[in-house]
Amino acid sequence: MNISNLLDCSVMSGGGASFGDKLADIGRELITIIINGLSVGGIYAMIALGYTMVYGIAKMLNFAHGDIIMVGAYAIYVVMLISNPIVAILCSIVVCILMGVLIEKVAYKPLRGASPLAVLITAIGVSYLLQSLAQIIFGSDPKFVVVYDFGAINILGVRIQVFTLVTLAVTVVVMVALTLFVKMTRIGRAMIAVSEDKGAAQLMGINVNNIITVTFAIGSSLAAVAGLFYLLKAPTVSNTLGAMPGIKAFTAAVIGGIGSIPGAMLGGLLLGFVECIAAKITVIAPYTDAIEFSILIIILLVRPTGFLGKKRREKV
Amino acid sequence: MIEQIKKIRWSHYIAYIVIGLLLLFFAFFGPTDRSTQFMLEKIAISIILAVSLSLVVGFLGELSLGHAGFMCVGAYLGGKASVILQSSLGKDSVWNLILSLLVGGLVAAICGVIIGIPALRLRGDYLAIVTLAFGEIVRSVFLNSSDSSFGGTLGLSTPRYDRNSLYIYAFVIVLITLFIVQNFIRSKHGRAVTAIRDNEIAARSTGINITKYKLVAFTISAFFAGIAGVLHSFSNYTVQSATFGYNYSIEILVMVVLGGMGNINGAIISATLITYLDTKLSTILTGDRAILQNLIYALVLILIVIYNNAPALKSFRERYNFKVLFNKMFSKKDPSHRADDAAKWDVVPTKIEMNEILSVDMKPQNLGSDKPQKGGDK
Repeated sequence: MNISNLLDCSVMSGGGASFGDKLADIGRELITIIINGLSVGGIYAMIALGYTMVYGIAKMLNFAHGDIIMVGAYAIYVVMLISNPIVAILCSIVVCILMGVLIEKVAYKPLRGASPLAVLITAIGVSYLLQSLAQIIFGSDPKFVVVYDFGAINILGVRIQVFTLVTLAVTVVVMVALTLFVKMTRIGRAMIAVSEDKGAAQLMGINVNNIITVTFAIGSSLAAVAGLFYLLKAPTVSNTLGAMPGIKAFTAAVIGGIGSIPGAMLGGLLLGFVECIAAKITVIAPYTDAIEFSILIIILLVRPTGFLGKKRREKV
Repeated sequence: MIEQIKKIRWSHYIAYIVIGLLLLFFAFFGPTDRSTQFMLEKIAISIILAVSLSLVVGFLGELSLGHAGFMCVGAYLGGKASVILQSSLGKDSVWNLILSLLVGGLVAAICGVIIGIPALRLRGDYLAIVTLAFGEIVRSVFLNSSDSSFGGTLGLSTPRYDRNSLYIYAFVIVLITLFIVQNFIRSKHGRAVTAIRDNEIAARSTGINITKYKLVAFTISAFFAGIAGVLHSFSNYTVQSATFGYNYSIEILVMVVLGGMGNINGAIISATLITYLDTKLSTILTGDRAILQNLIYALVLILIVIYNNAPALKSFRERYNFKVLFNKMFSKKDPSHRADDAAKWDVVPTKIEMNEILSVDMKPQNLGSDKPQKGGDK
């Protein structure tokens, strides 16, 4: 059901339905859009948090982040064949952390200090590598896996899938935890120091390499959770599962201001709402992706650092 | 310094000579089977794409992931132009080809300007993601177009051009592309572009208009991507939006990186090699094994970039590279001190190390020589 159809229907059946009914219909539709927008936005925000952490600290765009989601989803699929969902989720997080750290050590660490372009191209290579490896191991046909069925509940007469609420709750908890971690703990404060000035942080006795590794580990575990959310939303996993969400989440991170944790949340939710609203309007539904990317271009045109990004002046 | 720039370098002309000879060869002993002709057309398209992307990635030092997007615009618009033109000009007319190429190229160039104006205010990662976004927008617009305009999901079918001459024209276009791109790079404007790559702040402080030169390089690159797209539509008789995905942009990027950043001849060689292997491999590796090809691309991309850029491998690279080995083989003197348009794009030295100065100046054979010394032009 979409808004335009709903309005048409209600106008045509105007004789039968009262004004109050129509208002209630529109209200229900709005609640659905809000809940779905929050849920989709929550997933984007989760991925965008990973991007923004790594970008803020290692100053590199980890193009392979989206594909770590795919690795996590496959890990859940494999473990689910032999065990229960809880074990599968834990295993998936561990596998993703190991994968993220391995990628960082093998592909990105040798290039520390090299030109950003070189690092970016390597990251693209890693993303491509993970996708083709997954296709070789698991084949190109999508795998079906139901992690857990939360069912649906009724809120104000609107049927809502419980997993959307779970997604939203987990995302908010993770964001708050991450903010507290960065602000309160020693490692978190070391992360801020590294993100501001690597050299000065090293002089203060911070092990920059370790901090970057920890950052990758955190980012990858967030990707594993995002992979879980994807499986809850649509229970199939293929080797390109993470590619598009990855790119869109990066878009979200850039819109919110890359390097900023609340910015990632804001950008993710904005993108989620845009996606849900666009999907409801028949005329523009096929262009959803195009609209989201156009928003990115427009926002970068107006605010090149995103909503909450800090402007960095380059010193000579 | 100026003498060095003016000096005629055979490496600047080798590509023209090889492709010119190839054209002569085709004119007399051209292949008649469609598969070889098709492969030659594909090679020509790849060379145009790689050379034009090399202008942005290798010489401007910015990453564009939307090259396939510009190609897509060119393919659809040029293909549409040829559909319209074939009734008045005849489908095998050279004018049909030329006009379609111009339409495709110019529209792609206009897109380049439109996307370039916002995108080029950004740098590095942001530019990469915006160009990627542009590619996806273009694809989705053409995919959802109505059947009568651009064919929608079915794709646009274009007239079949005379197959015995198309590949020859394709190589003529390669020559034109090379001529324009090489001359641009070696002109005053090209040196400005290279200066921006090496150090943007320094370039700006010498009075170079950064945005203008970035936009010019970006637009030229988009124009030739569009041209390649039109050739693609002529060669395949159909344009499918799925062809021009993100993966295709990566494939072109692999060609540029493999050939060596900022090295046009390298880009030509790797484009030829990759396209040839691609065609051959796709007949050998079928079904599930076809994915091995992507795996190889990915590995090659990672290894080459790490090898070429890792700071830890710097001394190793300087001792064992093709240039040094080549000169050793033919007992030439090491020309590594010469100013080179294939400049190492990442090693802009911020400080000259002490032992480097000592090792050059204190060697007896260097004393009294009037040749520029190592480090002199840095």
